[in-house]
Amino acid sequence: MAVKGTVIIDRQICKGCGICVINCPSKALALSREVNGKGYNYVYIANDNCTGCTNCAVVCPDSAIVKVYRSRI
Amino acid sequence: MEREDLIKEENLVYSKTPLLTDTVMHYCPGCTHGVVHKMIAEVIEDMGIQEKTIGISPVGCAVFAYNYIDIDWQQAAHGRAPALATAVKRLNPYKYVFTYQGDGDLASIGTAEVIHACNRGENIVIIFINNAIYGMTGGQMAPTTLLGQITSTTPYGRRSDLNGFPLKMTEIVAKLDGTCYVTRQSAHTPQAVRKCKKAIRKAFENSMLNKGTSFVEIVSTCNSGWKLTPVKANKWMEENMFPFYPLGDVKDR
Amino acid sequence: MAEKLLMKGNEAIAFGAIRCGCDGYFGYPITPQSEIMETLMEQQPWESTGMVVLQAESETASINMLYGGAATGKRVMTSSSSPGISLMCEGLSYLAGAELPCLVVDVMRGGPGLGTIQPSQADYFQCVKGGGHGDYRLIVLAPASVQEMYDFVDKAFTLAFKYRIPAMILADGVIGQMMEKVELGPAKPRRSEAEIEAECGNWATTGKKTDRKRNIITSLALEAPVQEKFNLKLIEKHRKIEENEVMYSTYRTEDAEHLIIAYGSMSRIAETVTDMAREQGIKAGLLRPVTLYPFPKREIEAFAQKVKTMLVVELSAGQMVEDVRLAVNGRIPVNFYGRYGGMVPSPDQILEEFKKNIN
Repeated sequence: MAVKGTVIIDRQICKGCGICVINCPSKALALSREVNGKGYNYVYIANDNCTGCTNCAVVCPDSAIVKVYRSRI
Repeated sequence: MEREDLIKEENLVYSKTPLLTDTVMHYCPGCTHGVVHKMIAEVIEDMGIQEKTIGISPVGCAVFAYNYIDIDWQQAAHGRAPALATAVKRLNPYKYVFTYQGDGDLASIGTAEVIHACNRGENIVIIFINNAIYGMTGGQMAPTTLLGQITSTTPYGRRSDLNGFPLKMTEIVAKLDGTCYVTRQSAHTPQAVRKCKKAIRKAFENSMLNKGTSFVEIVSTCNSGWKLTPVKANKWMEENMFPFYPLGDVKDR
Repeated sequence: MAEKLLMKGNEAIAFGAIRCGCDGYFGYPITPQSEIMETLMEQQPWESTGMVVLQAESETASINMLYGGAATGKRVMTSSSSPGISLMCEGLSYLAGAELPCLVVDVMRGGPGLGTIQPSQADYFQCVKGGGHGDYRLIVLAPASVQEMYDFVDKAFTLAFKYRIPAMILADGVIGQMMEKVELGPAKPRRSEAEIEAECGNWATTGKKTDRKRNIITSLALEAPVQEKFNLKLIEKHRKIEENEVMYSTYRTEDAEHLIIAYGSMSRIAETVTDMAREQGIKAGLLRPVTLYPFPKREIEAFAQKVKTMLVVELSAGQMVEDVRLAVNGRIPVNFYGRYGGMVPSPDQILEEFKKNIN
């Protein structure tokens, strides 16, 4: 059964460490070329591959991924 | 399904714990401290023990831990956190008391306090962040620095003849009769974090069972001190730290 | 009728602690004060009042246990002697920096270094001026009898909590080791959790309640303006203490022309010297500071207008005498007589020195 997910990212908190990006099994995240208020290349949702697995939120050191949603389709 | 349709209460599977404050952490990008703070906050939330938990923060990068987890905190002198925790727990036996210490704090200046707290079997939790370097003061050698590892006070790599050997605190405290649970974890992958959080929860639960001290080492990175990107630091940790500091439970009774 | 017991000064500290509602004692053995912890262990107050007594691994650990315990609003204390107090000075600075009330008992012995186990008053500078780093003070009480060793435990805790400041009982080995009758006051129970919450709930780490912000005990302020604001707060606290808490006693000073100033065991000997001088027709009087911080400087300043000379007697090379000279500010001669290394002078020796300086 397929699942679909998405995340809410607090861009201003993100420090662009990229740990979520490499731990995303769906390769749904990427670091932006733009910077946030602190000058970091924040993470963003790069495509609609997200399955809502929560891995990114679990490993994020700054809890910048504040919510994860998941639904069966 | 559109993103707007997904963002609904019934689909919510993860939410940042309210036990973490809104203060932006001062840690460097990718620092393990943030992940461990989150795990502790989540364990406290899951167990519903916010009103009963007292944290002891160290000297080092985590000195400001009290800014991030919404519980009562005491900030200890360098290395002395287990002495504070001893008194807090003895005087308040129905409170959950934990120390949060780095390798300089716990394994160097505070070895006496940690060994004796563990040996007395104080019913406290000791969280030990081992990143093999002094982060806050700018990357000097720690007692846990690996042989050959470059730091600002071992610029040509740590040598055993000059600097002694890396100290395995976890194996040392596991030998003491006062400890009930001694484990070494990491927090660099989702799997590792989930395992580590279980270990932290178990340690907190132990502290009300009158079994003795629970000691959780978390092998961590200091990408600024190591002069690596966060992602490369995690890889370096896997390749260099884990062989010397193997993960897993060392003692569980 | 109140119970009277014959006991050592050190034992009186232990009884004073148990009977004033002390919550915890943390200490490390050192002569000449080990009877304090020994008496506590023998009395087993954990069975009666619930007081915790723990032999720590070092003085460093003891003082930091005080920090942890005091930070939860409990009445906690430790005791030691001079070399042990040196080890505690880091912790004392942190306690003062975190504004934590607690009690430290120093039964002084001769130094420097490992020194001697015989009595001394050579820790005056260390204890009265702070001991550790940074601008801070401790409230310092100097008992001169075994009864005062007992009474001052409760008094010190009361002052410590009134001002959120560490308090010290600075005794010398003579007071710690000598035996006298002690009248035990009525025993006070330990405060309940609710009472502690009412008294210390706005700062103590008793566990964050949903209706208040988290309490944080720290002495850290990285930003200079924040630290200066805190220093100003401490200065104001010290000013209030100096204004309200000075304690001293006088003996035969009404018509005195020459004043002896001494504290602790030396004030007892100086009392005899005063009587001997009076018998020889010398109008001598005695002032004994009971609080060394706050120091009775205004009272000494007032005496400097009335008497011709002062003699400070200490078991040290001259420490309190500096505070006396500051108070007198050059108006009259302030002489000094001291014995060192654990030697205690006889009244005759002091009188001889006294007479040398008054003509």
